[in-house]
Amino acid sequence: MVTPPKLHIEQLSIRFGDLVALHAVSLAIHAREIIGVIGPANSGKTSFLRAINRMNELHPAYQRTGTIALDGEEIHAMRDVAALRRRVGMVFALPVPLPMSIAQNVLYAPQLVRRLARGAAEAIVERSLTAASLWEEVKDRLHDSAMKLSGGQQQRLCIARTLALEPEVILFDEPCSGLDPISTAKVEEAMVQLKQHYTLVLVTNNTKQAARVADRTALFLMGELIECDDTKRLFTAPRDARTEAYISGRFG
Amino acid sequence: MRQGLLASPQARERLAFWLLRIALAIVLFPVLFILAYMVMRGAPGLTWEFLTAVPRSGMRAGGIFPAIIGTVYLVIGMLLVALPLGVFAAIYLSEYAHPSRWTRVIRLAIVNLAGVPSVVYGLFGLGFFVMFLRLGTSIAAGALTLAIMSLPIIITATEEALRSVPASFRQVAYSLGATRWQMVRTAVLPYALPGILTGAILGVSRAAGETAPILFTVAAFYLPRLPQSIFDPAMTLPYHLYVLATQIPNVPARVTYGTALVLVGLVILLNLAAIIIRAHFRRTRQW
Repeated sequence: MVTPPKLHIEQLSIRFGDLVALHAVSLAIHAREIIGVIGPANSGKTSFLRAINRMNELHPAYQRTGTIALDGEEIHAMRDVAALRRRVGMVFALPVPLPMSIAQNVLYAPQLVRRLARGAAEAIVERSLTAASLWEEVKDRLHDSAMKLSGGQQQRLCIARTLALEPEVILFDEPCSGLDPISTAKVEEAMVQLKQHYTLVLVTNNTKQAARVADRTALFLMGELIECDDTKRLFTAPRDARTEAYISGRFG
Repeated sequence: MRQGLLASPQARERLAFWLLRIALAIVLFPVLFILAYMVMRGAPGLTWEFLTAVPRSGMRAGGIFPAIIGTVYLVIGMLLVALPLGVFAAIYLSEYAHPSRWTRVIRLAIVNLAGVPSVVYGLFGLGFFVMFLRLGTSIAAGALTLAIMSLPIIITATEEALRSVPASFRQVAYSLGATRWQMVRTAVLPYALPGILTGAILGVSRAAGETAPILFTVAAFYLPRLPQSIFDPAMTLPYHLYVLATQIPNVPARVTYGTALVLVGLVILLNLAAIIIRAHFRRTRQW
């Protein structure tokens, strides 16, 4: 049986004013997979990612053609952007905890929607932090400021904060670019765990990270999707010469 | 070859430092002199009676209590009007309005409003609040006039405070499904609030000492009782000082300078509050 894709991106082109960021990209992303998106700087991978939760629209010069369907529903036809962003969460490159306590950070998104009873709030905090592999490290200081955490812990807190949304898709925008190898390993471990319940799109500068974590990997070059394939196949037997050049580090 | 006093870089360095020190001293001297002179002449007049009694003997004796109360009422009224209005206008300008030629023109107009002479605000208050809106010469008319006058400062300070909140906070709030107003309310305003309060208090403290805007809108020459409602005229410190200094012969110096001292004290108190808020904010801010 063929399941319909979680995200169906068709002929997506993005421009910021005169600058073409993405050119006619079509891609299907399946439920409960990690899709890695690799490519050099300015290849359009972040613009691609931020199109999926319509964050690009905050940019005044943003122009788009093409469609993105989430479970078959065109996201640009949705009138409630906030509701879309609750279904499609995002983790940024640099961890940005809000200057409040660890628990308050996790509860930020749920409390925008409804008032929480104390027990429900505590349950969300524990569940989200556990899923982000942070619970054991912070369970005794949930009411301390989130700013006191280390960089790696902050990033896992940001993942927990996104998980508290109970999204369907999570977008990761180079989530480990500011982290040391041990923190990176922990974040990657969390991502692999999350795959059981969520669809993950992982944009990364680190080609090896995609090789370690992603089920499938897509390579972007200068705004074009060059190749998307099973990760193992993409890294061992790429079909496009440019893919081979990029992953073997012979590029540019 | 260079000779003499400025031969070495160290000597030129010393000279530069001395020039800067002298500039600072020249700036500092008049301020300290005015304060010292005022304290010297006014301190003997600062008695409990002076602060709590009504003026007597054609304002040459007694106290200035009605003027203190009048100014306090004006400050409170001004804050109540100008703070919400200014803060909401600034939020609209910096968080809602799309940057365009219009927003630039509006900003320019606001900055220019800050430079309009206060007597012009006074005249506007007289024409609009006192006469057109029929508020009469009253605390309400004066507080509204002063509020209009302090609005540009409050708006500018608020925009500054909003801008100092990192853009990433806004991005995070949006990405977590916040609407624009939720984003402003939960991820921007709490962190801009100390800066907003500081700016607002400074704007208010500047307006509190102005004479011209209240001259036509509130000020009573001599009113030896407290105002009963916001539609009553009131005595105020700056205007009272003006009256003492120019309209009444043979006022003892300790009364005039005592009044000046109280006015300056009130303004310094407000500024102090702003400084304390800002210091507290710097200590506790976490990003």
